[in-house]
Amino acid sequence: MLHAVLRAATEGETQNPVLPATYDIVWSAVCFAIILVFFWLYALPRMQKLLDERAEAIEGNIAKADEAQRKAEAALEEYTAQLADARAEAGKIRETAREDGKKIVAEAKEQASTEVARINASAQAQIEAERQSALVSLRSEVGTIAIDLASGVVGESLSDDAKAKAVVDRFLADLEASEQAAAGGKK
Amino acid sequence: MFVDARAQLHAPKQEIALLANAVNLLVPISTDDGEFHGPSIEEFFPGALLFEGTPFEINRIMLVRFIAVAALLLIFWLGTRSMRIVPGRFQSIVEMGLDFIRVGVADDLLGKKDGKRFLPILTSIFFMVLFMNITGIIPGLNIAGTSVIGVPLVLAIVSYVTFIYAGIKQSPKNFFKNSLFPSGVPWPVYIIVTPIELISTFVIRPVTLTLRLMMNMIVGHLLLVLFFAATQFFIFNLGGWYTLLGVGTLAFGFVFTLFEILVAVLQAYVFTLLTAVYIQLAVAEEH
Repeated sequence: MLHAVLRAATEGETQNPVLPATYDIVWSAVCFAIILVFFWLYALPRMQKLLDERAEAIEGNIAKADEAQRKAEAALEEYTAQLADARAEAGKIRETAREDGKKIVAEAKEQASTEVARINASAQAQIEAERQSALVSLRSEVGTIAIDLASGVVGESLSDDAKAKAVVDRFLADLEASEQAAAGGKK
Repeated sequence: MFVDARAQLHAPKQEIALLANAVNLLVPISTDDGEFHGPSIEEFFPGALLFEGTPFEINRIMLVRFIAVAALLLIFWLGTRSMRIVPGRFQSIVEMGLDFIRVGVADDLLGKKDGKRFLPILTSIFFMVLFMNITGIIPGLNIAGTSVIGVPLVLAIVSYVTFIYAGIKQSPKNFFKNSLFPSGVPWPVYIIVTPIELISTFVIRPVTLTLRLMMNMIVGHLLLVLFFAATQFFIFNLGGWYTLLGVGTLAFGFVFTLFEILVAVLQAYVFTLLTAVYIQLAVAEEH
Protein backbone atom coordinates (compact mmCIF):
# COMPACT_ATOMS: atom_id res chain seq x y z
CA MET A 1 0.00 0.00 0.00
CA LEU A 2 2.67 2.43 1.07
CA HIS A 3 4.67 1.37 -1.89
CA ALA A 4 1.92 2.26 -4.28
CA VAL A 5 1.20 5.54 -2.59
CA LEU A 6 4.80 6.53 -2.42
CA ARG A 7 5.55 5.41 -5.91
CA ALA A 8 2.75 7.49 -7.23
CA ALA A 9 3.88 10.39 -5.05
CA THR A 10 7.48 10.19 -6.15
CA GLU A 11 6.44 10.03 -9.76
CA GLY A 12 4.22 13.08 -9.26
CA GLU A 13 1.19 11.40 -10.74
CA THR A 14 -1.13 11.46 -7.79
CA GLN A 15 -3.65 14.07 -6.89
CA ASN A 16 -3.75 15.38 -3.37
CA PRO A 17 -7.00 13.98 -1.92
CA VAL A 18 -7.50 17.10 0.19
CA LEU A 19 -7.62 19.42 -2.82
CA PRO A 20 -11.10 19.33 -4.34
CA ALA A 21 -11.68 19.27 -8.07
CA THR A 22 -14.27 21.68 -9.43
CA TYR A 23 -16.51 18.94 -10.81
CA ASP A 24 -16.36 17.15 -7.44
CA ILE A 25 -17.71 20.22 -5.65
CA VAL A 26 -20.29 20.86 -8.35
CA TRP A 27 -21.78 17.38 -8.26
CA SER A 28 -21.64 17.17 -4.46
CA ALA A 29 -23.56 20.43 -4.23
CA VAL A 30 -26.08 19.22 -6.79
CA CYS A 31 -26.61 15.98 -4.87
CA PHE A 32 -27.05 17.83 -1.61
CA ALA A 33 -29.44 20.35 -3.14
CA ILE A 34 -31.62 17.59 -4.57
CA ILE A 35 -31.72 15.72 -1.26
CA LEU A 36 -32.39 18.88 0.75
CA VAL A 37 -35.23 19.98 -1.53
CA PHE A 38 -36.69 16.47 -1.45
CA PHE A 39 -36.69 16.23 2.34
CA TRP A 40 -37.69 19.85 2.89
CA LEU A 41 -40.57 20.03 0.46
CA TYR A 42 -41.72 16.42 0.17
CA ALA A 43 -40.71 13.83 2.74
CA LEU A 44 -40.65 15.80 6.00
CA PRO A 45 -43.94 17.70 5.45
CA ARG A 46 -45.61 14.36 4.76
CA MET A 47 -44.06 12.91 7.87
CA GLN A 48 -45.23 15.92 9.89
CA LYS A 49 -48.72 15.58 8.47
CA LEU A 50 -48.77 11.94 9.44
CA LEU A 51 -47.62 12.72 12.97
CA ASP A 52 -50.34 15.35 13.31
CA GLU A 53 -52.96 12.95 12.00
CA ARG A 54 -51.77 10.26 14.34
CA ALA A 55 -51.90 12.59 17.34
CA GLU A 56 -55.37 13.67 16.27
CA ALA A 57 -56.51 10.10 15.87
CA ILE A 58 -55.25 9.22 19.32
CA GLU A 59 -56.91 12.25 20.86
CA GLY A 60 -60.10 11.51 18.94
CA ASN A 61 -60.14 7.97 20.21
CA ILE A 62 -59.65 9.15 23.76
CA ALA A 63 -62.51 11.61 23.38
CA LYS A 64 -64.67 8.87 21.88
CA ALA A 65 -63.85 6.55 24.76
CA ASP A 66 -64.70 9.30 27.25
CA GLU A 67 -68.00 9.90 25.51
CA ALA A 68 -68.80 6.19 25.56
CA GLN A 69 -67.96 5.94 29.22
CA ARG A 70 -70.10 8.94 30.08
CA LYS A 71 -73.01 7.43 28.14
CA ALA A 72 -72.57 4.12 29.88
CA GLU A 73 -72.53 5.80 33.25
CA ALA A 74 -75.68 7.78 32.42
CA ALA A 75 -77.41 4.62 31.24
CA LEU A 76 -76.41 2.83 34.42
CA GLU A 77 -77.73 5.66 36.54
CA GLU A 78 -80.98 5.72 34.63
CA TYR A 79 -81.29 1.98 34.92
CA THR A 80 -80.66 2.09 38.64
CA ALA A 81 -83.25 4.84 39.06
CA GLN A 82 -85.76 2.87 37.02
CA LEU A 83 -85.06 -0.20 39.07
CA ALA A 84 -85.65 1.71 42.29
CA ASP A 85 -88.88 3.18 40.87
CA ALA A 86 -90.02 -0.24 39.80
CA ARG A 87 -89.27 -1.65 43.24
CA ALA A 88 -91.21 1.14 44.92
CA GLU A 89 -94.09 0.67 42.56
CA ALA A 90 -94.11 -3.08 43.10
CA GLY A 91 -94.18 -2.50 46.86
CA LYS A 92 -97.07 -0.06 46.48
CA ILE A 93 -98.99 -2.48 44.30
CA ARG A 94 -98.40 -5.29 46.77
CA GLU A 95 -99.59 -3.09 49.62
CA THR A 96 -102.73 -2.07 47.72
CA ALA A 97 -103.38 -5.66 46.77
CA ARG A 98 -103.08 -6.75 50.37
CA GLU A 99 -105.48 -4.04 51.50
CA ASP A 100 -107.85 -4.83 48.66
CA GLY A 101 -107.71 -8.49 49.63
CA LYS A 102 -108.48 -7.67 53.22
CA LYS A 103 -111.37 -5.46 52.15
CA ILE A 104 -112.69 -8.11 49.83
CA VAL A 105 -112.45 -10.77 52.51
CA ALA A 106 -114.19 -8.49 55.00
CA GLU A 107 -116.90 -7.63 52.50
CA ALA A 108 -117.36 -11.27 51.63
CA LYS A 109 -117.62 -12.14 55.33
CA GLU A 110 -120.14 -9.42 55.91
CA GLN A 111 -122.11 -10.40 52.85
CA ALA A 112 -122.02 -14.02 53.91
CA SER A 113 -123.28 -13.25 57.41
CA THR A 114 -126.05 -11.03 56.01
CA GLU A 115 -126.96 -13.78 53.62
CA VAL A 116 -126.96 -16.28 56.46
CA ALA A 117 -129.22 -14.02 58.48
CA ARG A 118 -131.51 -13.45 55.50
CA ILE A 119 -131.67 -17.14 54.70
CA ASN A 120 -132.33 -17.88 58.34
CA ALA A 121 -135.08 -15.29 58.49
CA SER A 122 -136.73 -16.45 55.29
CA ALA A 123 -136.46 -20.07 56.38
CA GLN A 124 -138.00 -19.20 59.72
CA ALA A 125 -140.82 -17.30 57.98
CA GLN A 126 -141.40 -20.11 55.55
CA ILE A 127 -141.45 -22.67 58.34
CA GLU A 128 -143.87 -20.50 60.28
CA ALA A 129 -146.08 -20.06 57.22
CA GLU A 130 -145.98 -23.74 56.50
CA ARG A 131 -146.80 -24.53 60.10
CA GLN A 132 -149.71 -22.11 59.98
CA SER A 133 -151.06 -23.54 56.73
CA ALA A 134 -150.53 -27.06 58.05
CA LEU A 135 -152.33 -26.12 61.22
CA VAL A 136 -155.18 -24.56 59.25
CA SER A 137 -155.46 -27.45 56.80
CA LEU A 138 -155.09 -29.97 59.63
CA ARG A 139 -157.74 -28.20 61.56
CA SER A 140 -160.18 -28.26 58.60
CA GLU A 141 -159.18 -31.79 57.71
CA VAL A 142 -159.62 -33.01 61.25
CA GLY A 143 -163.06 -31.26 61.29
CA THR A 144 -164.15 -32.88 58.04
CA ILE A 145 -162.91 -36.30 59.14
CA ALA A 146 -164.55 -35.93 62.52
CA ILE A 147 -167.85 -34.85 60.98
CA ASP A 148 -167.67 -37.65 58.43
CA LEU A 149 -166.93 -39.99 61.28
CA ALA A 150 -169.73 -38.52 63.38
CA SER A 151 -172.14 -38.64 60.41
CA GLY A 152 -171.26 -42.22 59.96
CA VAL A 153 -171.76 -42.82 63.66
CA VAL A 154 -174.90 -40.70 63.93
CA GLY A 155 -176.28 -41.89 60.62
CA GLU A 156 -177.22 -38.59 59.36
CA SER A 157 -175.42 -36.00 57.50
CA LEU A 158 -174.50 -32.99 59.20
CA SER A 159 -175.21 -31.08 56.09
CA ASP A 160 -175.75 -27.83 57.79
CA ASP A 161 -172.39 -26.26 57.58
CA ALA A 162 -172.90 -23.70 60.19
CA LYS A 163 -174.09 -26.27 62.65
CA ALA A 164 -171.24 -28.58 61.77
CA LYS A 165 -168.70 -25.87 62.11
CA ALA A 166 -169.98 -24.92 65.50
CA VAL A 167 -169.83 -28.49 66.62
CA VAL A 168 -166.31 -28.92 65.42
CA ASP A 169 -165.13 -25.71 66.99
CA ARG A 170 -166.67 -26.67 70.28
CA PHE A 171 -165.02 -30.02 70.05
CA LEU A 172 -161.66 -28.56 69.33
CA ALA A 173 -162.01 -26.02 72.08
CA ASP A 174 -162.85 -28.81 74.46
CA LEU A 175 -159.89 -30.75 73.24
CA GLU A 176 -157.60 -27.81 73.75
CA ALA A 177 -159.02 -27.19 77.17
CA SER A 178 -158.51 -30.74 78.18
CA GLU A 179 -155.00 -30.69 76.83
CA GLN A 180 -154.25 -27.58 78.81
CA ALA A 181 -155.79 -29.09 81.86
CA ALA A 182 -153.69 -32.17 81.38
CA ALA A 183 -150.62 -30.02 80.92
CA GLY A 184 -151.53 -27.97 84.01
CA GLY A 185 -152.12 -31.17 85.99
CA LYS A 186 -148.84 -32.50 84.90
CA LYS A 187 -147.21 -29.36 86.05
CA MET B 1 9.16 -16.17 -7.06
CA PHE B 2 9.50 -14.32 -3.79
CA VAL B 3 13.09 -13.49 -4.56
CA ASP B 4 12.17 -12.51 -8.08
CA ALA B 5 9.61 -10.13 -6.81
CA ARG B 6 12.11 -8.49 -4.56
CA ALA B 7 14.64 -8.26 -7.27
CA GLN B 8 12.19 -6.60 -9.60
CA LEU B 9 11.44 -3.93 -7.09
CA HIS B 10 13.00 -0.70 -8.28
CA ALA B 11 12.48 1.60 -5.38
CA PRO B 12 14.58 4.30 -3.70
CA LYS B 13 16.28 3.44 -0.40
CA GLN B 14 14.03 5.75 1.53
CA GLU B 15 11.02 3.92 0.28
CA ILE B 16 12.46 0.55 1.18
CA ALA B 17 12.92 1.79 4.71
CA LEU B 18 9.31 2.88 4.80
CA LEU B 19 8.18 -0.45 3.50
CA ALA B 20 9.94 -2.35 6.25
CA ASN B 21 6.83 -3.38 8.09
CA ALA B 22 4.90 -6.57 8.74
CA VAL B 23 2.81 -6.32 5.61
CA ASN B 24 5.81 -5.92 3.38
CA LEU B 25 7.68 -8.75 5.01
CA LEU B 26 4.87 -11.06 4.08
CA VAL B 27 3.73 -9.53 0.83
CA PRO B 28 6.00 -9.59 -2.13
CA ILE B 29 5.56 -6.43 -4.11
CA SER B 30 6.00 -5.99 -7.77
CA THR B 31 4.84 -3.78 -10.54
CA ASP B 32 4.54 -6.64 -12.99
CA ASP B 33 1.40 -8.46 -14.01
CA GLY B 34 0.53 -11.56 -12.04
CA GLU B 35 2.04 -9.98 -8.98
CA PHE B 36 0.54 -8.17 -6.04
CA HIS B 37 -1.44 -5.02 -6.76
CA GLY B 38 -1.82 -2.97 -3.61
CA PRO B 39 -4.48 -0.31 -3.24
CA SER B 40 -3.57 3.18 -4.38
CA ILE B 41 -4.85 6.67 -3.85
CA GLU B 42 -5.36 6.77 -7.60
CA GLU B 43 -8.50 4.73 -7.11
CA PHE B 44 -10.22 7.85 -5.78
CA PHE B 45 -9.47 9.67 -9.03
CA PRO B 46 -10.64 7.35 -11.80
CA GLY B 47 -10.75 8.45 -15.42
CA ALA B 48 -13.54 10.65 -16.67
CA LEU B 49 -16.51 9.03 -18.35
CA LEU B 50 -18.29 12.16 -19.56
CA PHE B 51 -17.64 15.87 -20.02
CA GLU B 52 -13.92 15.49 -19.37
CA GLY B 53 -12.21 18.70 -18.36
CA THR B 54 -15.42 20.63 -17.75
CA PRO B 55 -16.82 21.54 -14.30
CA PHE B 56 -19.41 18.82 -14.95
CA GLU B 57 -16.98 15.97 -15.46
CA ILE B 58 -18.46 12.63 -14.49
CA ASN B 59 -16.28 9.75 -13.38
CA ARG B 60 -17.01 6.47 -11.63
CA ILE B 61 -17.29 8.01 -8.17
CA MET B 62 -19.74 10.67 -9.38
CA LEU B 63 -21.85 7.85 -10.81
CA VAL B 64 -21.72 6.02 -7.48
CA ARG B 65 -22.98 9.21 -5.83
CA PHE B 66 -25.83 9.53 -8.32
CA ILE B 67 -26.82 5.94 -7.61
CA ALA B 68 -26.77 6.64 -3.87
CA VAL B 69 -28.95 9.74 -4.35
CA ALA B 70 -31.35 7.80 -6.58
CA ALA B 71 -31.64 5.01 -4.00
CA LEU B 72 -32.24 7.55 -1.23
CA LEU B 73 -34.94 9.37 -3.19
CA LEU B 74 -36.59 6.10 -4.19
CA ILE B 75 -36.69 4.67 -0.68
CA PHE B 76 -38.02 7.82 0.95
CA TRP B 77 -40.43 8.50 -1.90
CA LEU B 78 -41.91 5.01 -1.55
CA GLY B 79 -41.87 5.27 2.23
CA THR B 80 -43.67 8.62 2.43
CA ARG B 81 -45.83 8.42 -0.71
CA SER B 82 -48.97 7.20 1.01
CA MET B 83 -48.45 7.23 4.74
CA ARG B 84 -51.00 5.54 6.94
CA ILE B 85 -51.76 6.22 10.59
CA VAL B 86 -51.20 2.56 11.31
CA PRO B 87 -47.93 1.96 9.43
CA GLY B 88 -46.99 -1.06 7.38
CA ARG B 89 -43.63 -2.77 7.62
CA PHE B 90 -41.80 -0.58 5.09
CA GLN B 91 -43.33 2.63 6.36
CA SER B 92 -42.30 1.68 9.92
CA ILE B 93 -38.67 1.38 8.84
CA VAL B 94 -38.72 4.71 6.99
CA GLU B 95 -40.44 6.35 9.96
CA MET B 96 -37.87 4.86 12.30
CA GLY B 97 -35.09 6.33 10.16
CA LEU B 98 -36.67 9.78 10.07
CA ASP B 99 -37.49 9.65 13.78
CA PHE B 100 -33.90 8.74 14.57
CA ILE B 101 -32.88 12.24 13.47
CA ARG B 102 -36.09 14.08 14.37
CA VAL B 103 -36.30 12.76 17.93
CA GLY B 104 -32.78 11.56 18.64
CA VAL B 105 -30.89 14.56 17.29
CA ALA B 106 -33.06 17.57 16.40
CA ASP B 107 -35.62 17.58 19.24
CA ASP B 108 -33.17 16.23 21.77
CA LEU B 109 -30.43 18.83 21.21
CA LEU B 110 -32.28 21.84 19.82
CA GLY B 111 -35.70 21.51 21.42
CA LYS B 112 -39.04 21.28 19.65
CA LYS B 113 -39.02 24.72 18.02
CA ASP B 114 -35.44 24.99 16.76
CA GLY B 115 -35.40 21.26 16.12
CA LYS B 116 -38.19 21.70 13.62
CA ARG B 117 -36.45 24.65 11.95
CA PHE B 118 -33.23 22.79 11.28
CA LEU B 119 -34.72 19.34 10.74
CA PRO B 120 -34.54 19.39 6.91
CA ILE B 121 -30.83 20.26 6.95
CA LEU B 122 -29.99 17.65 9.60
CA THR B 123 -32.05 14.94 7.91
CA SER B 124 -30.51 15.68 4.53
CA ILE B 125 -26.97 15.62 5.92
CA PHE B 126 -27.52 12.35 7.77
CA PHE B 127 -29.07 10.39 4.95
CA MET B 128 -26.79 11.80 2.27
CA VAL B 129 -23.72 10.80 4.27
CA LEU B 130 -25.21 7.44 5.21
CA PHE B 131 -26.20 6.46 1.68
CA MET B 132 -22.93 7.64 0.19
CA ASN B 133 -20.90 5.88 2.90
CA ILE B 134 -22.68 2.59 2.50
CA THR B 135 -21.79 2.36 -1.21
CA GLY B 136 -18.29 1.52 0.03
CA ILE B 137 -19.32 -2.04 0.80
CA ILE B 138 -21.96 -2.59 -1.87
CA PRO B 139 -20.66 -5.09 -4.41
CA GLY B 140 -20.19 -3.47 -7.80
CA LEU B 141 -19.97 0.04 -6.39
CA ASN B 142 -17.25 -0.71 -3.81
CA ILE B 143 -16.32 2.87 -3.09
CA ALA B 144 -17.88 5.39 -0.77
CA GLY B 145 -19.27 8.51 -2.42
CA THR B 146 -17.91 10.42 0.56
CA SER B 147 -14.34 9.20 0.07
CA VAL B 148 -13.59 12.08 -2.31
CA ILE B 149 -13.41 15.47 -0.64
CA GLY B 150 -16.34 17.08 -2.50
CA VAL B 151 -19.21 15.72 -0.43
CA PRO B 152 -17.56 16.06 2.99
CA LEU B 153 -16.47 19.59 2.11
CA VAL B 154 -19.84 20.70 0.77
CA LEU B 155 -21.62 19.26 3.81
CA ALA B 156 -19.11 20.85 6.17
CA ILE B 157 -19.73 24.21 4.47
CA VAL B 158 -23.48 23.66 4.82
CA SER B 159 -22.99 22.89 8.51
CA TYR B 160 -20.71 25.93 8.93
CA VAL B 161 -23.07 28.33 7.18
CA THR B 162 -26.03 26.90 9.08
CA PHE B 163 -24.62 27.34 12.55
CA ILE B 164 -23.32 30.85 11.80
CA TYR B 165 -26.72 31.77 10.32
CA ALA B 166 -28.47 30.29 13.37
CA GLY B 167 -26.26 32.26 15.75
CA ILE B 168 -26.55 35.58 13.91
CA LYS B 169 -30.30 35.19 13.47
CA GLN B 170 -30.72 34.49 17.17
CA SER B 171 -28.57 37.38 18.40
CA PRO B 172 -25.36 38.55 16.66
CA LYS B 173 -24.00 40.09 19.86
CA ASN B 174 -24.50 36.98 21.97
CA PHE B 175 -23.24 34.70 19.25
CA PHE B 176 -19.87 36.39 18.83
CA LYS B 177 -19.56 37.10 22.53
CA ASN B 178 -20.20 33.47 23.45
CA SER B 179 -18.01 32.17 20.65
CA LEU B 180 -15.02 34.42 21.21
CA PHE B 181 -15.24 35.63 24.81
CA PRO B 182 -16.46 32.75 26.96
CA SER B 183 -17.91 33.98 30.23
CA GLY B 184 -16.37 33.23 33.59
CA VAL B 185 -12.84 34.05 32.48
CA PRO B 186 -10.77 36.98 33.82
CA TRP B 187 -10.21 39.50 31.03
CA PRO B 188 -6.41 39.14 30.57
CA VAL B 189 -6.96 35.47 29.70
CA TYR B 190 -8.95 36.61 26.65
CA ILE B 191 -5.65 37.52 25.03
CA ILE B 192 -4.95 33.80 24.76
CA VAL B 193 -8.47 32.36 24.76
CA THR B 194 -10.00 34.53 22.06
CA PRO B 195 -7.59 33.58 19.25
CA ILE B 196 -7.92 29.92 20.25
CA GLU B 197 -11.71 30.14 20.25
CA LEU B 198 -11.65 32.00 16.94
CA ILE B 199 -9.59 29.29 15.29
CA SER B 200 -11.39 26.40 16.94
CA THR B 201 -14.88 27.66 16.12
CA PHE B 202 -14.44 29.17 12.69
CA VAL B 203 -11.55 27.16 11.22
CA ILE B 204 -11.13 23.85 13.00
CA ARG B 205 -14.80 22.87 13.03
CA PRO B 206 -15.42 22.65 9.28
CA VAL B 207 -11.95 21.25 8.64
CA THR B 208 -12.36 18.42 11.16
CA LEU B 209 -15.87 17.67 9.89
CA THR B 210 -14.51 17.31 6.36
CA LEU B 211 -11.35 15.38 7.13
CA ARG B 212 -12.88 13.01 9.70
CA LEU B 213 -15.47 11.79 7.26
CA MET B 214 -13.25 11.65 4.19
CA MET B 215 -10.29 9.96 5.89
CA ASN B 216 -12.51 7.35 7.52
CA MET B 217 -13.91 6.43 4.14
CA ILE B 218 -10.55 6.49 2.35
CA VAL B 219 -8.89 4.30 4.97
CA GLY B 220 -11.85 1.92 5.03
CA HIS B 221 -11.68 1.50 1.29
CA LEU B 222 -7.89 1.03 1.26
CA LEU B 223 -8.12 -1.59 4.00
CA LEU B 224 -10.78 -3.58 2.18
CA VAL B 225 -8.83 -3.41 -1.09
CA LEU B 226 -5.67 -4.48 0.71
CA PHE B 227 -7.34 -7.52 2.27
CA PHE B 228 -9.12 -8.67 -0.85
CA ALA B 229 -6.16 -7.97 -3.14
CA ALA B 230 -3.94 -9.97 -0.79
CA THR B 231 -6.48 -12.80 -0.77
CA GLN B 232 -6.49 -12.83 -4.56
CA PHE B 233 -2.72 -12.80 -4.68
CA PHE B 234 -2.17 -15.51 -2.06
CA ILE B 235 -4.73 -17.94 -3.37
CA PHE B 236 -4.50 -17.50 -7.13
CA ASN B 237 -0.99 -16.20 -7.75
CA LEU B 238 1.08 -17.98 -5.08
CA GLY B 239 -1.05 -20.96 -4.09
CA GLY B 240 0.32 -23.79 -1.97
CA TRP B 241 0.73 -22.96 1.70
CA TYR B 242 0.02 -19.32 0.93
CA THR B 243 -3.63 -20.29 0.44
CA LEU B 244 -3.91 -20.47 4.24
CA LEU B 245 -2.78 -16.85 4.46
CA GLY B 246 -5.32 -16.05 1.77
CA VAL B 247 -8.08 -17.56 3.89
CA GLY B 248 -6.90 -15.41 6.78
CA THR B 249 -6.94 -12.20 4.76
CA LEU B 250 -10.36 -13.11 3.38
CA ALA B 251 -11.68 -13.51 6.92
CA PHE B 252 -10.20 -10.13 7.83
CA GLY B 253 -11.75 -8.62 4.75
CA PHE B 254 -15.14 -9.98 5.79
CA VAL B 255 -14.81 -8.67 9.34
CA PHE B 256 -13.73 -5.26 8.07
CA THR B 257 -16.67 -5.19 5.68
CA LEU B 258 -18.98 -5.53 8.68
CA PHE B 259 -16.90 -2.92 10.47
CA GLU B 260 -17.33 -0.56 7.51
CA ILE B 261 -21.12 -0.79 7.90
CA LEU B 262 -20.70 0.37 11.48
CA VAL B 263 -18.33 3.14 10.40
CA ALA B 264 -20.75 4.26 7.68
CA VAL B 265 -23.62 4.67 10.16
CA LEU B 266 -21.41 6.09 12.87
CA GLN B 267 -19.78 8.72 10.65
CA ALA B 268 -23.17 9.82 9.33
CA TYR B 269 -24.44 10.09 12.90
CA VAL B 270 -21.34 11.94 14.13
CA PHE B 271 -21.50 14.45 11.27
CA THR B 272 -25.18 15.16 11.95
CA LEU B 273 -24.77 15.24 15.70
CA LEU B 274 -21.86 17.68 15.53
CA THR B 275 -23.81 19.95 13.19
CA ALA B 276 -26.69 19.91 15.67
CA VAL B 277 -24.34 20.62 18.57
CA TYR B 278 -22.78 23.58 16.70
CA ILE B 279 -26.25 24.99 16.02
CA GLN B 280 -27.21 24.45 19.64
CA LEU B 281 -24.10 26.28 20.87
CA ALA B 282 -24.81 29.12 18.44
CA VAL B 283 -28.42 29.65 19.53
CA ALA B 284 -27.73 29.22 23.24
CA GLU B 285 -28.21 32.37 25.31
CA GLU B 286 -25.22 31.78 27.55
CA HIS B 287 -22.66 29.04 27.79
